[in-house]
Amino acid sequence: MQQTSGHTLKAFDEDIDRLRALISQMGGLAEHAIEEAMRCLVQRDTEGALVVVENDAKLDALEIETERRAVQLIALRAPMAGDLRDVVAALKISGVVERIGDYAKNIAKRVPQLENAGKIEPLSLLPEMARIATGMVHDVLDAFVERDAEVALQVCERDNAVDDFYDSIFRTLLTHMMENPHNIGQSAHLLFVAKNLERIGDHATNIAEMVYYAATGRHMAEKTRAGSRRS
Amino acid sequence: MKEKMPLTSTTPVPSPSAAIAADAQRRGPSTVDEAALPGGHRADEREPVGGSLGAAPAPVAVAPPVPSPGESPEAAPGRAPKMRAKSVSVFYGDNQALKDVSIDIHEDRVTAFIGPSGCGKSTFLRTLNRMNDTIAGARVTGNIELDGQDINSSAMDVVQLRARVGMVFQKPNPFPKSIYENVAYGPRIHGLSSSKAELDQIVEKSLKRAGLWDEVKDRLQDSGTALSGGQQQRLCIARAIAVDPEVILMDEPASALDPIATAKIEELIHELRGRYAIVIVTHNMQQAARVSQRTAFFHLGEMVEYGKTSEIFTNPRERRTQDYITGRYG
Amino acid sequence: MSSAPDSLAATAAPSRWTGDAMRSRVRKRYVAERRFRALGFAAVALSGLFLAFLLITMASRGLGGFTQHEAALPVDFARSDLMIDPAALRGPQARETLAAVDLESALSQAATAAFGAEAGEMFGGAAVRALGEKLIADPGLLERRDTLWLPVASAIDVAAKHDGAEAAERMVEQLQARGAIRRSFNAGFLSASDATDPSAVGVWGALKGSFLTILVTMMLAFPVGVLAAVYLEEFAPRNRWTDAIEVSINNLAAVPSIIFGLLGLAVFLNVMHLPRSAPLVGGLTLALMTMPVIVIAGRNAIKSVPPSIRDAALGIGASKMQVVFHHVLPLALPGILTGTIIGMARALGETAPLLMIGMRAFIAAPPTGFTEPATVLPVQIFLWSDEVDRAFVEKTSAAIIVLLVFMLLMNGLAIYLRNRFERRW
Repeated sequence: MQQTSGHTLKAFDEDIDRLRALISQMGGLAEHAIEEAMRCLVQRDTEGALVVVENDAKLDALEIETERRAVQLIALRAPMAGDLRDVVAALKISGVVERIGDYAKNIAKRVPQLENAGKIEPLSLLPEMARIATGMVHDVLDAFVERDAEVALQVCERDNAVDDFYDSIFRTLLTHMMENPHNIGQSAHLLFVAKNLERIGDHATNIAEMVYYAATGRHMAEKTRAGSRRS
Repeated sequence: MKEKMPLTSTTPVPSPSAAIAADAQRRGPSTVDEAALPGGHRADEREPVGGSLGAAPAPVAVAPPVPSPGESPEAAPGRAPKMRAKSVSVFYGDNQALKDVSIDIHEDRVTAFIGPSGCGKSTFLRTLNRMNDTIAGARVTGNIELDGQDINSSAMDVVQLRARVGMVFQKPNPFPKSIYENVAYGPRIHGLSSSKAELDQIVEKSLKRAGLWDEVKDRLQDSGTALSGGQQQRLCIARAIAVDPEVILMDEPASALDPIATAKIEELIHELRGRYAIVIVTHNMQQAARVSQRTAFFHLGEMVEYGKTSEIFTNPRERRTQDYITGRYG
Repeated sequence: MSSAPDSLAATAAPSRWTGDAMRSRVRKRYVAERRFRALGFAAVALSGLFLAFLLITMASRGLGGFTQHEAALPVDFARSDLMIDPAALRGPQARETLAAVDLESALSQAATAAFGAEAGEMFGGAAVRALGEKLIADPGLLERRDTLWLPVASAIDVAAKHDGAEAAERMVEQLQARGAIRRSFNAGFLSASDATDPSAVGVWGALKGSFLTILVTMMLAFPVGVLAAVYLEEFAPRNRWTDAIEVSINNLAAVPSIIFGLLGLAVFLNVMHLPRSAPLVGGLTLALMTMPVIVIAGRNAIKSVPPSIRDAALGIGASKMQVVFHHVLPLALPGILTGTIIGMARALGETAPLLMIGMRAFIAAPPTGFTEPATVLPVQIFLWSDEVDRAFVEKTSAAIIVLLVFMLLMNGLAIYLRNRFERRW
């Protein structure tokens, strides 16, 4: 149900808007972290990777702030129905976004390990996968702000592409590892990077389910949700 | 139409959180409004509040079928409603205060009526025990039944009806008599006791059930109006209980009381629920959420939505209900 | 008010609340309040003054009526012309025996013998009565000599109290010189009835008549009035007819009382042929007059019972009748009793309607029943005030005092009853 009119208590509106703004902010930071981490990975930029790792602290702080505000809102405003779902969704989404940030940090942490690696073929696939994953995160958080259940559904479908990418990279890297045993170390890191990106896609899907529930009050039906084929 | 609620997942459980959710479903609800009833759960009442927010792919097969407003969603099969209203309209002169309200009231349940002021909820409450008869120019159309009997027909004695359907009012109004007399008056005029000893028993039982006995047992001859507000209201509840009603109507019973007295009244309502069908009108939404199992939202004389309290307050169907509940009304 | 920066607010505030314009307004307000209080006090003081004036005038004029002068008369019945058998005085025929004897001339003889030729008219009807009482009390008087204190005639009495005719004044001086005159409480005033001789008049007859009349009035007006009020307020439907009835009753309460007298004359006397001048008829007429007052007060009292009590009673299944008689009436009783007090006070003081139905006759003996001729205290006062004899002046005032006391007592009783039934809700 769309909420068009504001609360009679304007301060309530302000509180909810601030909460949403926090989520948007976290989303922006997380997206930036993924993009930066991937760039550093491709360009072997160790210093940039350090910055990404440090910036993760900001995301953690924002998550704590979001949780605090959400709890305060529940205590003081006694939100009901749509408002309640929004607040609980915001609470959970902040946790998930923080985890996404952690995955980006993990990717950045592996950059120094790949410093001395030569050219690894499958590396070129990763940026595309990251782009899709980042796009999912971006779109799903937009959907949260707009309370758009449709976009959330579409985001879920895009997870298939991410999973496909992962399968393909997995096979490619496996082949590469078998052909270049001296590069196994670095290839393994790339495998983990791919796994992290795939997890980011899954988390974006989780956020999409929360957005859907907050917007409609119903859970996504099984068939419309892309069932994750991996644990 | 009863929905099917599979208790275990039908797809392989991929993540630990799903297992926890499924287990919670099996264990039954731990929600405020479905506390353990004497006499066991009814099979249809085990849906947890709100469900999990999608974090676990717990199976939720189909969205529950949308019942038409007024029909009891998931009424237990075979259990007829205690009171049933069909297309009830109330006119004050030419002014229509209630438009075509249909609703079922079940026993063992607290039904709450919420809505902004002037929406007709108190008017509708008063039609249930024909208190609108006392207002000149009031006209009631439609059908209201108590145990299948039309209460507006000439075959129903309105005095008996009011003994079977008791009422507690917004402002506590004990009689200016002693506490004992307040409670004993009803049974006396209805001839419910044949001796003083029996009357004493009825008075004691009613005061105990109303949670007032311990506070007044030493001073039954004191004036009823000398009690505090909360005690007076409980006295009025004891007075209503003393005539052994089947339904208790409460018109904003706690709105004149402080929070502690309010909490006591709410706890009392919870205790009384098993014995009487209770209908409560309240303008305090949180109270309706705390106290009732079914909620009906009234707006401008219409009943907009009627359903389980847990659903109305987490996911109402109608835009007007949502607006009112979230404080966007007005 | 728009929020101004703090510095502005600091300078704006003084000029609003402590500025000259505001101060002069406040001063004017205080002056107006003081003026109002002074006016109120003056009004109360004026009323108090009028009341005091009334009471003092009445008291000064009337208290004398409660006293009378007595003269000491030496009697020697053995030597007089009186032929009375002492035995007869002891029996049941005592008063008849006395009535047959001319006590007056015997007294006149004795007075002349004691005080001279002018003393022939020294004793009047009161003395006759008093002598009779003394003889019945002590028939032995007939056989011996004695000095009896007997009330003097009204002319002497007036002369002794204020000033009267010359002859009477001289008589008084003579008596005073001999120490044969004294002032005492006039018990006869309260126990005797009307008489031609002012020294012998009493208010008891009128008092009894008033009491009987009021009894009839209340026994009729109270139940009918209360029941009418209950019906009109609780049971009657609200339509044009009941509105018309309400208007009629309100008007009835304002109708001049003499109209009720005419009504009583026309209906009770001419059509129903009830005994004229009886407390029954007086009571009926006054009941007609009092009932609207009770109905109006009753309706207001019933209207003021809070609807919450009614709702509470209805809510537990009390029938309409039970609500009215168990809850509404007990709470409305103080108001109803107040209305009754007002009605009764009015009825006690009514003269005009009772004059019209003939309660103005000369009643020498107190009424024995409701259908005996009687008079009421206000009428008695009116009749006495018409008398020429100067002695009646103080009797009239004394009767007014009795009336006031009577009214106070009855009002006091009603107020006591009302306070007993007063309940808080």
